[in-house]
Amino acid sequence: MNVTLELNGETREVEVTPWKRLLDVLREDLRLTGTKEGCGEGECGACTVILDGEAVNSCLVAIGQCHGRQLTTVEGLAHGEVLHAVQRALVACGGAQCGICTPGIAMCASHVVDRGLLAGADDVTARAKVRELLAGNICRCTGYQLIVDAIIVAAREVTR
Amino acid sequence: MERPSATGLAVGLAPVGASVPRVDGFAKVTGRALYLDDLDAPGAWHGATVRSTIAHGVLEAIDLDPAFDWSQVVVATAADITGNNFANFIRLIEDDQVALVPIGGRVMHVDEAIALVSAPTRQLAFIAAKHVKPRIKALPAVFDIESALAANQKLFGADNIFKQFLIRKGHVSDAELEAVFAGAARVIEGTYQTSPQEQMYIETQAMMARWDGEVCRIVGSMQCPYYVHKAMKAFLDCDADEVVISQSVTGGGFGGKEEYPSMLAAHVAVLAKKTGRAVKMVYDRDEDIAATTKRHPCRTHHRLAVDASGEILAIDADVVMDGGAYLTLSPVVLSRGVLHAAGPYRSPVVRIRGRVVATNHPPHGAFRGFGAPQTTFAYERQIQKLALALGEDALAIRKRLAVRAGDTTATGQLLGISVGTDEVIGAIEQVAGKPPVRDGHGPSGAPVRRGRGVVFYFHGAGFTGAGEQRLAGRAAVAVTADGGFEVRSSSTDIGQGAITMFSQIAAGALGVDPAAIVVVDPSTAQVPDSGPTVASRTCMVVGGVVEKAALAVRAKLEAWAAAHDVRGSIGEVARAYAVKHGELVEIVAYEPPPGIAWDDSTYTGAAYPVFGWAACLVDVEVDLDTYEVAITRCVQAIDVGKAINPSIVKGQIEGGTLQALGWAVLENVVYKDGKVANANMTNCIVPTFADAPDLETILIEVPYPYGPSGAKGVGEIPMDGPAAAVANAVEDALGCAFDELPISPEVVAASKPRWRKS
Amino acid sequence: MTTYLRPRDLDEGLHARAEHADWTVLAGGTDLLVNANHRAAPVGMIDLWRLADLCFVRVEKTSVAIGAGTTWTEVERHPAIRAKLAPLALAAREIGALQIQARGTLGGNVGTSSPVGDSLPALLALDAELEVASVRGHRRVPYREWCTGYRTTHLAADELIIAAHVPVPDATTRTSWRKVGTRRAQSISKVMGAAAITLDGDVVVSARVALGAIANRPIRITAVEDAVRGQRLGVAGDAARAALRGAIQPIDDVRSTATYRREVAENLVARFFSVS
Repeated sequence: MNVTLELNGETREVEVTPWKRLLDVLREDLRLTGTKEGCGEGECGACTVILDGEAVNSCLVAIGQCHGRQLTTVEGLAHGEVLHAVQRALVACGGAQCGICTPGIAMCASHVVDRGLLAGADDVTARAKVRELLAGNICRCTGYQLIVDAIIVAAREVTR
Repeated sequence: MERPSATGLAVGLAPVGASVPRVDGFAKVTGRALYLDDLDAPGAWHGATVRSTIAHGVLEAIDLDPAFDWSQVVVATAADITGNNFANFIRLIEDDQVALVPIGGRVMHVDEAIALVSAPTRQLAFIAAKHVKPRIKALPAVFDIESALAANQKLFGADNIFKQFLIRKGHVSDAELEAVFAGAARVIEGTYQTSPQEQMYIETQAMMARWDGEVCRIVGSMQCPYYVHKAMKAFLDCDADEVVISQSVTGGGFGGKEEYPSMLAAHVAVLAKKTGRAVKMVYDRDEDIAATTKRHPCRTHHRLAVDASGEILAIDADVVMDGGAYLTLSPVVLSRGVLHAAGPYRSPVVRIRGRVVATNHPPHGAFRGFGAPQTTFAYERQIQKLALALGEDALAIRKRLAVRAGDTTATGQLLGISVGTDEVIGAIEQVAGKPPVRDGHGPSGAPVRRGRGVVFYFHGAGFTGAGEQRLAGRAAVAVTADGGFEVRSSSTDIGQGAITMFSQIAAGALGVDPAAIVVVDPSTAQVPDSGPTVASRTCMVVGGVVEKAALAVRAKLEAWAAAHDVRGSIGEVARAYAVKHGELVEIVAYEPPPGIAWDDSTYTGAAYPVFGWAACLVDVEVDLDTYEVAITRCVQAIDVGKAINPSIVKGQIEGGTLQALGWAVLENVVYKDGKVANANMTNCIVPTFADAPDLETILIEVPYPYGPSGAKGVGEIPMDGPAAAVANAVEDALGCAFDELPISPEVVAASKPRWRKS
Repeated sequence: MTTYLRPRDLDEGLHARAEHADWTVLAGGTDLLVNANHRAAPVGMIDLWRLADLCFVRVEKTSVAIGAGTTWTEVERHPAIRAKLAPLALAAREIGALQIQARGTLGGNVGTSSPVGDSLPALLALDAELEVASVRGHRRVPYREWCTGYRTTHLAADELIIAAHVPVPDATTRTSWRKVGTRRAQSISKVMGAAAITLDGDVVVSARVALGAIANRPIRITAVEDAVRGQRLGVAGDAARAALRGAIQPIDDVRSTATYRREVAENLVARFFSVS
């Protein structure tokens, strides 16, 4: 099947079987390896991408379903060498350790921040919200503390 | 400083002690960091493993499904191994584990590797593996410590005991010890069980091999390139330069990539040879959970003899671990377990016995803490029981009984330097505040009971005993031919920040910006053997060697500059030197601090060059409708000697802390007939963002004079204490003891008849 | 290679369904795509994701109609569902996490009808009715009659799920919902409970009580419903607990134990009928 999608702002075409996982198409056919596989069952969130404006697990989407849709992967999150606020904050706050979950966390957090899902919340509420909204992304290195810090920093920056 | 810093470090600020952003941060947040599966390898085939479905038996045959199309698949078995098919891969003790079970050989655990397949696509490889059918004649299997010790079924030697230890302090015979207990005013006694735990690094095990003529090149996700190198030299029966091991960016290890990667390396090497291509092997999550090593389950019986004034007269601990089917790292895990079993408490008399037994579980292995979390759980439950028996405050009793400089440990090690007891306990006292109100209502409206637990604990930094002397790990600092600075070490960055830390230490010693330092990728072709990336030794031991090497480079450059009247910064001098003379390399080997003596035959003396010290406070809230334990507060005060990079150290502590909290209340590996019954991420759960409380971390710095800038180990210590703190807190909330992990809702529900009547 | 069809409208979807009984029907794919790389691909797929005819929330006079294609994110954020069908909105918020909620749909949850399907006890307690359709026509099935066994339902081979019609509880009815999972988020349920309790003052006039993860399918507990009728809150809690005891046979599995499930189910049900 010929699948055409808008990927990181560009129109891309791939010839693939429609049942192939979006994750595999990204990594194997399009050689965009920033999107990671941690479990293959929608548990860890390492494969998170933004599809039609929602954060989704790319391991649970069939490529056929992506025809004509808009997709952003971690490769499209920064503008060239200029990082997204979330990426910047993750670096500054020490929110990335081994880094394999980091692209997924950056994608989910950018969605949370860009959609204003933390807007107006005081610090305590915002931290609790981050913990709920990011619960689909497992990190085994950080204990989450410095990632929560980073997302709060990024949200404040984006709101300003 | 040379120039405004690319690392964001303020000009003129010393690199050591600054929270410099990670060197690899940019690559990781942009997804550009290349993990093994991200490496472009045109033409590479994929490997998959055929595994045993039986826990114990004899491999009679390996059948290929005749209905399957094998034309695009290569199958390899033990018969394809040209070198030696044995591998206690790290080869610390004996060679008892095979890379592939040969026909006629003994299958020792479920999911043991029997055969390998390779195919052009990963999907085909995994499907093909399902069509290879091992025929195994089953033998009776052993799944618990008691049956192993009964030794009716012999799995290892005559008694199924992989290793045992006996430590005695202040007595020579059991009778003498019993006399102390008989004369005690009070004896506190209990049995403590801890569960197996999965490392759950988010990048599964991954490795790739290709043959370049007679040279086998292996790259992969690993902690210890030279462990893999050593294993592969034996496995391929080749010279050191005929196998090159390189680390790819590694997505977490926590001990799980200490010894196991040698297994994958052997497998991809065999497949690459047979296919004549590069072969990549990336484990599935389910496979990784089912087949690779976990934390040893452990049972500790612990007795404290106390006099009328509440002083400890004697400590007696008996530690038994389930080692699983092969020896692997069990003896050293047990060693660390027993060496920590008496805890950081004064006692004139100590006996510690330890055994690790063979069972038909997949081998248990290294996981952060390495035996110490298991025994820490036991001794900190015991101290809590003593506090309750004496009616003494939980922090006060620890303060009263704790060791300090001038005291001796269980092995008779005289504590002298860098003992942070008062600092860490004091820090917790300062921030503790009022304990939570016992009865109340939780977020769901259900009634809750709350409680607080504290612990005090220690962790020996670096290898045990004479390990560091024997190893004499080496690292180099170089001025390269183009005048740059390089750190060359085999210590890997597995997320813990080694690269950044090394660059800060070298920069501090050289007097340059950390951004001017390149830490080269660990490959056995280009770095000396610094020893493995384990045992909280990377900063303290290897970092110390890097510091010395950098100081030596600096001294040489300064002497050269003075002799040749070259002026300028050290960077400018280096460039001038390189133009004239090319590369300048200083290789330094580790030397132990003076006065360190250890007797391996009696297990007495200085078990560790120094200890890290820690205290932890945990508040919990138990939901009385669902019996779930929510951790509402967790404070760790940890003496790290010196935080080279406070942000990275904090990240290390918080990561280890949450692994410990997870182990305490929700993580578990469930075995059923020797097979991991919850081998997927849905059921083998680890904490999410929502399960973690905000973690409070207090860095204490009681410098260790022989570590770089005073630093000592930090990687493992945060894992040791929190589980006991949780148990102590749940006991405080409900009024009954919790001596087994995990303290799951099911366990709390079953404890209801024992709860304090409110 | 798998044949792919994205129907333009319901009619095309129903015709495809009628013609290709062996094709996989999917919406968000959060269930069907798990480990899909290691399983055989289906011969064909009918992709209902975002099919406009299935993506709606219609607030009607006494009920709310929720299209099968509605995602849990949409359910959770919908003001009318939050206000009128609280258990469903609360359930939506605890299905997986953000990523799963964005793709998982109501139709998928009721189509699979797993015993641990998170929305299902809420649909039972709210007495939802399902609307299904085929080229033969539309029909409605009360959700309480929908499941026939472990992950089996009354959906015919040529049918598609269209919507759930959920009656809005009146002002005298209070609703409750609680999920007890393996952890606080992104978890599989060990026990779930939902209730809709109609009160006259503090006396229970009638109640619907449903549990999940307790049997081979989500179930209504009529023994409890009968036991609490006419009882005052508080006393009704004790009656509910006692009635539940003989009414369920939960199992041990890798996630929990029968004993735990039983005890927690009792606690949840008793809590639903407690005074505050």
